[in-house]
This record gives sequence, C-alpha cells and structure tokens, in this order.
Amino acid sequence: MSEHIVSPKIYIFIFASLMLGTGITVWAAFQNFRQYNIVIALAIATIKATLVILYFMHARYSPKRTQLVIVCSIFWLAIMLGLTLSDYDTRPHEMQPGEGRLVQPTPAHFLSV
Amino acid sequence: MHRTGDLYGQFQTLEQQKETASLGMWIFLVTEVLFFGGMFLTYTINRSAYSTAFGIGSNTLDIKLGAGNTVVLIMSSLTMAMAVWSAQVGKKKLVSVFLIATLGLGTVFLGVKAVEYKQKFDHHLVPSRNFDMKYHPTHPMPGDDLKEPALEKKEVEEAFAHDPDINAHGQLYFSLYFGMTGLHALHMIVGAGLLLWLIKGSFAGRFTPQYNTPVEIVGLYWHFVDIVWIYLFPLLYLIDRHR
Repeated sequence: MSEHIVSPKIYIFIFASLMLGTGITVWAAFQNFRQYNIVIALAIATIKATLVILYFMHARYSPKRTQLVIVCSIFWLAIMLGLTLSDYDTRPHEMQPGEGRLVQPTPAHFLSV
Repeated sequence: MHRTGDLYGQFQTLEQQKETASLGMWIFLVTEVLFFGGMFLTYTINRSAYSTAFGIGSNTLDIKLGAGNTVVLIMSSLTMAMAVWSAQVGKKKLVSVFLIATLGLGTVFLGVKAVEYKQKFDHHLVPSRNFDMKYHPTHPMPGDDLKEPALEKKEVEEAFAHDPDINAHGQLYFSLYFGMTGLHALHMIVGAGLLLWLIKGSFAGRFTPQYNTPVEIVGLYWHFVDIVWIYLFPLLYLIDRHR
C-alpha cells in the first residue's frame, strides 16, 4: 500500500508545539493587550487546530478529494459565522455605553436606518 | 456482504476502501463543525452583548483545572496518533497499549470535568432559581483558597455596578458553558465507547498494516473533539483574566 506513514518523531514534535501553544495562550490571557487579547487567543487556537488537522489527522498526506472536503467545512462555517455576525452587527440594536447590554429596538431605530 | 479477507466486494483495493472510509468520516466531521459552529456563533453574539457578565463568569472557572485538562486532552491525541502509527507498522501490542492510554487520558478529562461541574453547583452558578453571582464570594466553600477566592467580592460588586442585570446575563454565560462543555463531554463519552470497541479489536489482533481503518477513523473523530476543546478553553476560561 502506498499510504503515507507519519513518523512518531513528527507526532512528538507536533505535540510539543501544541503544549507550547497552550502555554503561550495562558500567558497571553494574563497580559493586557486590550481588544487584541481575543484576537491573539483565537490566532493561537487556529494555529494549534491547523497542526492537529495537518499532522494528527493526516490532512497533509490525504487525497485532494479529502482536502477539498476539509476546506469546504471551513468555507461553510465562514458563511454561517460571517453572514450571521454581519447581520447582527448592522441591526438597529445599540449598545448602551458602559452598560454592556442590548437596548430594545424602538420604531425610531428602524425609521432611522 | 461479499468480502475477501478485509476487502469488501464494492472496492477494488484496500487503499480505495480506506480512502472511502476516511472521506466518509470527514464528511461527518463537516456536519460536526457546523453543529458546534452554531454554538460558537451563539457564544460570540452573547459575549459581545454582555461582556461584563461573560468576563466575571469566566473568572469563576478554575484555570488550573482547565489548562490541566487541555494538556491531558492533547496528550490523548498524541497517544491516539501513536496507536494509528503502531497499527500501520504492525506493532500489535503497542496498538492496545496506546489505545488504553488514550481511553485512560479521556477518562481523566471527564473526571476533572465532573469536579468542575460540582464546584459550579456548590457555588450557585448553575442557571436556575438559585443562580447568584454574589453567593460564592460571601460563602467560601471548604477547600477554597481563602486568600485567593475564584471571584472576589469587590470584583462582583464592581460588575453589578456596571451591569445591574448581571445575574440574568451571567446565566447566559453559564448556559453556554454547560451547553458547550456538556456537548463536548458527550462527544468524549461516545469516543470512549468507540475506544473500548477498538481495544477489544486490538486484543483480537484485528489491526494490521493492511487493515487499520477503524483505528484511523476513530482517530479522526478523537482529534476533532480535541480541536473543539482547543477553541473552548481560551473562549470559556480565559476572558478578562488580566484584570
């Protein structure tokens, strides 16, 4: 069989990288990067997830057909997140400054849009 | 069904059979991505609307248990990957060893999760009529570190001044916490069942370099569950930790 066997060395290297990523995430959470804390956390999580997909799940060595399915899942997820969030973002709800809660929309909100 | 050895009649080669099986598993995982994606979407919308309550809710979680569990789960992914490798190179004994290690680590993860859930019940932080963010800071539990309570009274009072409805919005955070980690734990339990089935097969010496598809595709599932946790950990445990 022509299947690709990933060597334990690579697995252990990926494992070590994932541990390092976990350490950096925890460290970064205690630093004040203001609004970038969440961006940093998600970026590290995405790098970790990519490593798991490419090596532990063998996506890098899979047939193109399988790789297409993986890319499709990300694409569909992006549609769901992107379109829904842009809808929420452009609705006439307003955040009340400092209160952190949604204000019920009034007819005036809709008229002003 | 007609089969010759490990090869089922509808396939021409073992390789084709294996690729078909893993493609099928990946398509299932796509539906799982969208399933969990819906919960992440709900989380994102609510977190952006009620950031104070989400921050204070996140700070009640035990970061040591959460980070420890992350390490345990990533280790279980490593042992799962090693089980696949052992099957591919024909080390039959090692397949069993690594599968049992994976099951053991998965069980540790679920045990830690149970401890965390119990704490939330003790601290009145489970969405219900008893939910009260003010309860825990004024009622230390046995075993709590009194010098460093998970949530300080001052913090909670500031949060109440910021968001008077914090008990309502905090329940949203905890509903999502229990919903998302609960769904994840349910996947772990299903995975543990699949591992038991694999361990039984590995004791019978079923997995060889020619035929190890079950180990491979359960591995895909297990790694997927790991990826979900890789996102859950920072999103649930690490909000507003720098304050």
